[in-house]
Amino acid sequence: MSQLSTNHLLGLDGVPREDIELILNSTDTFLEVLERPVKKVPTLQGKTVVNLFFENSTRTRISFELAERRLSADVVNFSASTSSVSKGETLLDTARNIEAMKVDMVVMRHAAAGACEFLRTRCTSRFINAGDGSHEHPTQALLDMYTIRKSLGTLEGVNVCIIGDIAHSRVALSNIFGLVTMGANVAVCGPPSLMPRHIEKLGARVFTNVDEALGWCDAINVLRIQLERQAGASFPSLREYRNTFGITVERLDGLAKPVLVLHPGPINRGVEIDSEVADGAAAVILPQVTNGVAVRMAVLYLLGTKTE
Amino acid sequence: MSTYLFKNGHLLDPVTGTDGVRDILVVDGTISEVRESIAAANAEVIDLAGAVVAPGFCDMHVHFREPGQEHKESLASGALAAAAGGFTAVACMPNTKPAIDTAETAMSIRQKSAHFPVDVHPIGAVTKGREGKELAPMAELHAAGAVAFSDDGSCVHDTKLLRIALEYASMFDVPLIQHAEDPFLFAGGAMNEGYMSTVLGLPGIPRLAEDVIVSRDIAVAEYVDGNYHVAHVSTYGAVQAVRAAKEKGLKVTCEVTPHHFSLNDEHVRGYDTNTKMNPPLRTRDDVVAMKEALRDGVIDAIATDHAPHAIFEKEVEYVYAPFGIVGLETAIGIAVTELVETGYLTLWELVEKMSTNPRRILRLPEIRVEPGAQANLTFFHPTREWQVDVAQFRSRSKNSPFHGAVLRGRPLGIFNKHQFVWML
Ligand SMILES: [Zn+2]
Repeated sequence: MSQLSTNHLLGLDGVPREDIELILNSTDTFLEVLERPVKKVPTLQGKTVVNLFFENSTRTRISFELAERRLSADVVNFSASTSSVSKGETLLDTARNIEAMKVDMVVMRHAAAGACEFLRTRCTSRFINAGDGSHEHPTQALLDMYTIRKSLGTLEGVNVCIIGDIAHSRVALSNIFGLVTMGANVAVCGPPSLMPRHIEKLGARVFTNVDEALGWCDAINVLRIQLERQAGASFPSLREYRNTFGITVERLDGLAKPVLVLHPGPINRGVEIDSEVADGAAAVILPQVTNGVAVRMAVLYLLGTKTE
Repeated sequence: MSTYLFKNGHLLDPVTGTDGVRDILVVDGTISEVRESIAAANAEVIDLAGAVVAPGFCDMHVHFREPGQEHKESLASGALAAAAGGFTAVACMPNTKPAIDTAETAMSIRQKSAHFPVDVHPIGAVTKGREGKELAPMAELHAAGAVAFSDDGSCVHDTKLLRIALEYASMFDVPLIQHAEDPFLFAGGAMNEGYMSTVLGLPGIPRLAEDVIVSRDIAVAEYVDGNYHVAHVSTYGAVQAVRAAKEKGLKVTCEVTPHHFSLNDEHVRGYDTNTKMNPPLRTRDDVVAMKEALRDGVIDAIATDHAPHAIFEKEVEYVYAPFGIVGLETAIGIAVTELVETGYLTLWELVEKMSTNPRRILRLPEIRVEPGAQANLTFFHPTREWQVDVAQFRSRSKNSPFHGAVLRGRPLGIFNKHQFVWML
């Protein structure tokens, strides 16, 4: 059985194609496990996994927790808010505690870019980044890629466009790294004021016209607009955003070929995507959720059973 | 009576124009002889063969944390670090707690430092509490010994206030030192905005934030004929603006830190918070621009922006970490390695950037290495290799990205105010 080249999954930046292929191929096996009446395998029996969530994300935590339990791992959940840095223990204290508790694996979500890397360099456990600020969210990108591959048969040569707030999106960044590695053609689309500098150097083509982007691609990944943060600051209003970039039935109906619609959730209906699209035939948003558990099982399994 | 004979050192003195091996005899803190060979019976002899003797180096931009945050650095520990780094004078920025915005605070810094071998010159705040709203009592601060004015750490952003401060400061003939950064463009950034901030997912500080302020300030300085100095330039755009201002003959000067001419934003990969400073590490191209501007004389001075922070403050998530690194004890090594060894500067020019020019900008008395003058000397070895070990730092703080680096050019000691500090 082949192994991953790395002991941790902090991001998809620099992860070789063989590793991604191994994860996606293993996902097929675990998806099959999820179809069984008894959805549990003893793979990680005796291993302890801590879900360390410094930032609320019920969805991602539940998905990881399901994956861990179905692999028979012992699961501990730790949630802490980092709204106040001055209050409570520091990340360094956390690192020392994890080290003392002899945890096998840590799944970590944090609002600060690089926080997972910070703990990884100070602990001996194996780490999975479940989202660090605007940096990476590798398992989300893997489940997106898996979903596209399953629907379209391949990633090689497939045109994928990520639409929305690219500058503040860990989902966008991880998807770009992974998709480019897998030979897909990647584009990003959104207001130029939400486009990070030099994004094209990562191999992504840039669209500012959503209709042009839709005409070009085979699959779109529609990002959630952070309502509270951006309206008024980086673009004029949610109404204008919906009219300029929103994925509507009218926009999709006018296309020459169908487009697969992904969304990492949670959805702002009527903002970045209309309900008719999110619930329509082109959407694979619920399969993404199912695939997410299987992808996370694959990652946990491959890292948890990897020998040095 | 103390007598020191410094033998065989290579004297580089831009003020007297001396460039050659000399023996220097210092009696009771005063230079009594400078000749090619001196014999003195009762002197303590220090052999400086292979080393450089220069007029005392001056770091015109340090942050000593007294008053208020002495756990990071006190005046005493900062002065020790300065001496260890080969500096006989420093100018300390007013972002203490409270800020150096009253004559009493400025005076107390001078009194507490009076017996140190390193001259500690306070820089007065431009505005009360460095809040950018009302002018600080600049005349009183100047009378109490402030050698310049700055709100460093914050930018004097209000254009009208900047104009008034430049006009008012002109009556003392001292510079206004600007931390050039548009606060709105800065907007909570943690590193240089560019390809690396995109890849690392960190909020960016655009070069534009520095460029627009330097350009605007130069326009104001030209209009009021002000004496304007840019702290820690870090962008190509900023040095181009200064270059143009100098070509026009304006009273505009600037400094650069050792880290801005040696490290770039690729060093942030790995999220080591010792790569977090403000202005941030810029791109490779900017680093080259700093070296060229030093060579061309556009950048007048090398200043460290020595910014001590305790380990527990720096050992946190990158975005939450405070800005700044210590710099006093690595400055000579980085400057020699990055500028002299690479041919951008001669040792002579290095002495100008680290002694003559900063003293001229701050209107400090010039230092002459000649008989009758007070001995104010820096000793360093221009080719000796050494490895940086933060555990050896005299500074109370150890936050340096250069830990483990092998540098050429090692500070050996200083002589100032009758005191001889030798590091070996
Ligand atoms: Zn500053």
